[in-house]
Amino acid sequence: MVYYSMLVSALSQGLLYAPMALGVFVTFRILKTPDLTVDGSFVFGMTACAAVTIAGHPVLALFAGAAAGALAGLCTALLQTKLRIEPILAGILVAAGLYTVNYTVLGGQSNVYLQYQTVNSAGATVNEASPTIYKDFSALFSGGNSIFLDTNAQVLLLTLAITAVLTAALAVFFFTRPGMAIRATGDNEEMVRSSSINADLTRTGGVMLANALVALSGALLCQQQRYADLNCGNSMLVMGLASVVIGRVLFGDRGIVGGLASAVGGSLLYRVVIQAAYKVDMPSYGVKLLSTLIVVCALAVPLLRRRRAAGQRGGSRV
Amino acid sequence: MSSSPLSIRGLTKGFELGTVNEKLALDHLDLEVPGGQFVTVLGANGSGKSTLFNLVLGKLFPDAGKIFLNGEDITRQKDYRRALNMSCLYQNPLRGTAPNMTLEENLALAYTRKASRSFFAVNRRDSAYFRELLARLDMGLEDRMKTKMGLLSGGQRQAASLLMATVAQPSLLLLDEHTAALDPGSAEKVMEVTRTVVARDRITTLMITHDMDYALSVGERTILLDEGRLVLDLSGEARAAMTPGALAEQFYVRARRRHAGGNSRESGAAL
Repeated sequence: MVYYSMLVSALSQGLLYAPMALGVFVTFRILKTPDLTVDGSFVFGMTACAAVTIAGHPVLALFAGAAAGALAGLCTALLQTKLRIEPILAGILVAAGLYTVNYTVLGGQSNVYLQYQTVNSAGATVNEASPTIYKDFSALFSGGNSIFLDTNAQVLLLTLAITAVLTAALAVFFFTRPGMAIRATGDNEEMVRSSSINADLTRTGGVMLANALVALSGALLCQQQRYADLNCGNSMLVMGLASVVIGRVLFGDRGIVGGLASAVGGSLLYRVVIQAAYKVDMPSYGVKLLSTLIVVCALAVPLLRRRRAAGQRGGSRV
Repeated sequence: MSSSPLSIRGLTKGFELGTVNEKLALDHLDLEVPGGQFVTVLGANGSGKSTLFNLVLGKLFPDAGKIFLNGEDITRQKDYRRALNMSCLYQNPLRGTAPNMTLEENLALAYTRKASRSFFAVNRRDSAYFRELLARLDMGLEDRMKTKMGLLSGGQRQAASLLMATVAQPSLLLLDEHTAALDPGSAEKVMEVTRTVVARDRITTLMITHDMDYALSVGERTILLDEGRLVLDLSGEARAAMTPGALAEQFYVRARRRHAGGNSRESGAAL
């Protein structure tokens, strides 16, 4: 039962971070341009979501979070396309600037709980937990007596539904004209321009989409853990990248739909690995080094495979 | 105002002006290309051919002069906007295609210019049209529409690029040594397809080439650029009377003269 609940917890974490993995997939694999806005836009999604959730609109808050990420992506894309700043630097600049923005959104605090003040029946002022999509979803099962009484299982179920819809929508989108133009921009920007498509626009659209996905992850996490914290964005990019490269190594390069699915799968697996590492007494601060090692190993695998294949070919020739 | 597809007036472009590396790539060039004309463009390296193409395509902007496409002044228009009515094919077949997308998707993207709006970029009606176009190439490409572009051979890719460049029926087609990187068989095939497509759609075409035979046998007019100026403009009987050997002679005389001139300038600087 311990392992079951650990697995459920790991999978629900993996699904919460899956939109971020999808966002990283869009910039790294589709646009083929590293985008370091991620650490900032993840938290921006979180803080925007927190502000709107506390105001009492949990569903709207998710859209607000995604919109905040799109805005962050717009800034990065404008730096890239209008000022011709190197994509990596553009992302770093926006992420750095977003720290101040996020601090301001949280009202000058570094963290905030999703709660509001109300007066109880006794006339005292108390803090009441703000409604979140998870809280509302949980209320649906309050009468029943099923496996879904477990909060983690509820989180898993709702996040699974959201991620599945999101992945399917993206898979469809990348076969529409705008979606295909974004794919082509990553593949050969010159060809896009010579097809009379404004490549700056498609690039901007792609970076905005990616950061909206990343921020949506931040928003979901915010509602699930019921607080927003400025430090939650640290090394988000490394985690997202870990998910994408794990997915690629395990499931291979299978086109756009396969790629999206493998990013989600990578996100799930990554959380299982992290959870397992905690189980064997890895301290919580060990997660970043472990993530880095995973990324390095996963990136090295294709090269090692090629070398081995080349070695075998060389051997058979002799 | 002229309504020629392409009209160039006093086009001038210099690089690093005011430095020792100063180079006037195009020097008050005038060129009128009537509708449907196929012009071959000759010139040594550095004669201004590529600069001319880059200016027409909007990859570079001139220091002086104007470019008109169908009577419209496009001198300062953005490259992707003018691409609505013009296409270019380069020597490198990789340059005009997206390698990780299928042949069908590449064509669909190129066709975006003229295609009717549809939700999915690849749709049955357009695909049937692409299949028909590919079948006409007679290279078996109509059966490889789901193949990634990067897996096709250079010749196949260049033929497909040519279709992509002409699928939206542009007013102007620019060919920049588009057969130079292909093996002789593929080059011949691609050139044959070029002639057919250009003749069928009556596309106004400029083709840069270093091949004297092609320069005279393909199209109906041959121009020679030297130091950014138009020094030879052959069409009709004069062109029919010209031989590849005599044309090459014209070419080398100018190259030698320039070489000698360059040397004298250098020695002058040394003194």
